[in-house]
Amino acid sequence: MTKSMLRRLGGIQASLVCALTLSPIWAFASEAGASAPVPPASTTAWWVWPVVLLVVTFIMGIVAVLGGVGGGVLYVPIISGFFPFHLDFVRGTGLLVALSGALAAGPGLLKMNMASLRLAIPVALIASTMAIVGAMVGLALPTNVVQILLGATILGIVVIMFTAKKSEIPEVKQADPLSSALRICGIYHEASSGQDINWCVHRTPMGLATFIIIGFMAGMFGLGAGWANVPVLNLMMGAPLKISVATSKFLLSITDTSAAWIYLNKGCVIPMMVVPSLIGIMLGSFVGVRILKVAKPTFIRWMVIAILGFAGIKALTKGLGIDLF
Amino acid sequence: MEKLTVKMSTKATDEQLLYATILEKGMLVGLVLMFITFALYVFRIMPAAVPLAEISGYWSQPVHDYLVAINTNFLHWDHLPTGWAWIKLIGKGDFLNFIPIAILSGVTIMCYLAIVPGLFRRGDKAYAIMALAEAAILALAASGLLAVGH
Repeated sequence: MTKSMLRRLGGIQASLVCALTLSPIWAFASEAGASAPVPPASTTAWWVWPVVLLVVTFIMGIVAVLGGVGGGVLYVPIISGFFPFHLDFVRGTGLLVALSGALAAGPGLLKMNMASLRLAIPVALIASTMAIVGAMVGLALPTNVVQILLGATILGIVVIMFTAKKSEIPEVKQADPLSSALRICGIYHEASSGQDINWCVHRTPMGLATFIIIGFMAGMFGLGAGWANVPVLNLMMGAPLKISVATSKFLLSITDTSAAWIYLNKGCVIPMMVVPSLIGIMLGSFVGVRILKVAKPTFIRWMVIAILGFAGIKALTKGLGIDLF
Repeated sequence: MEKLTVKMSTKATDEQLLYATILEKGMLVGLVLMFITFALYVFRIMPAAVPLAEISGYWSQPVHDYLVAINTNFLHWDHLPTGWAWIKLIGKGDFLNFIPIAILSGVTIMCYLAIVPGLFRRGDKAYAIMALAEAAILALAASGLLAVGH
């Protein structure tokens, strides 16, 4: 019995090392037997994958906080590329991962007036509607097509992360007529300078139109959408960076909710995947916030970009049926 | 153009605070229930519809094949367990976990509905209508009427 336990533990340890290094061994994750309703017999104990998932998502939670990205954008490409779970379940779980992070952070951000409900409501209306459409299209398309598009999207996100600039307090000379009519403006207290910062937004129609695409992609791939929300709110619409980050995080609680319901109703939610993933990400985020005080964010951001690049190529090649690594 | 009185302040508006309070409570209830229901499931306190030892054989299949397989092998229904059909299975440990997941996914609808009266009271009709529209869209997504598949 002891030997059996040691073998099992050894297996888990080996699996974890592979997960951390994104080893090619994980490429055995395939859709073999996907067309057969009766599953192949599994030789792995039932608890191994949930435990591995818990540990990997815990690490992912730390990396996500340190790298300044949401959990969903790491979760979907890595878990779908290197784990045996089908993309349908990974996308459903990815949305719930992003949703739980947004639900945990949302109330505090709203109470502090960092997340703006007035900015979020019109944006969320468009993004959540399109997330439903994206989820429906994503579930209707063949898996390999979604996998290829996911790979291309992840590589696009890498380019955005690589090139996008940020503006702490963008200059908005004049609010546009739509944002003026909707009174999308506010004041927040900037603790670092001790000043109250008045803010308003411009290019609102263009910004809202961009959320048609963002919402669609969030629903289609189960990625969350913080990677796109922040640049649009900050650089395109001119909201201060802190307001953009906080509103983006809160926004995910609405956008991902709508798409999550589509996946949930379609049956793409397996509690044995969802709960360990949520616990892992949440505990990891909790630890990550503490490590953030001493970590070197630049190095970690580069690491996140490298991991995403690798996972994007893996998703692309998996979709194309190329066994590259 | 309707007259609005949106006070500029560093403090959150009443609607924003109300929304945050409901979101926070829903999130906490959902998370606590998630721990409880998962413990009931994983420690076999409640029987599962799909035995724990067999679940890993199913999750590598596309969702349609997975549903067909668990229906053929365990549920024996005349339809696949999609939409809100899980409600009929909450006596089973695995499907019991859908309750907290539904709470976490549904709390936002409550938040939107709660802020509508306040928005109308302040004459903020545009936002009240947008909030109602959002609640309707989320309710439609939650209803299961939009489910499509491969």
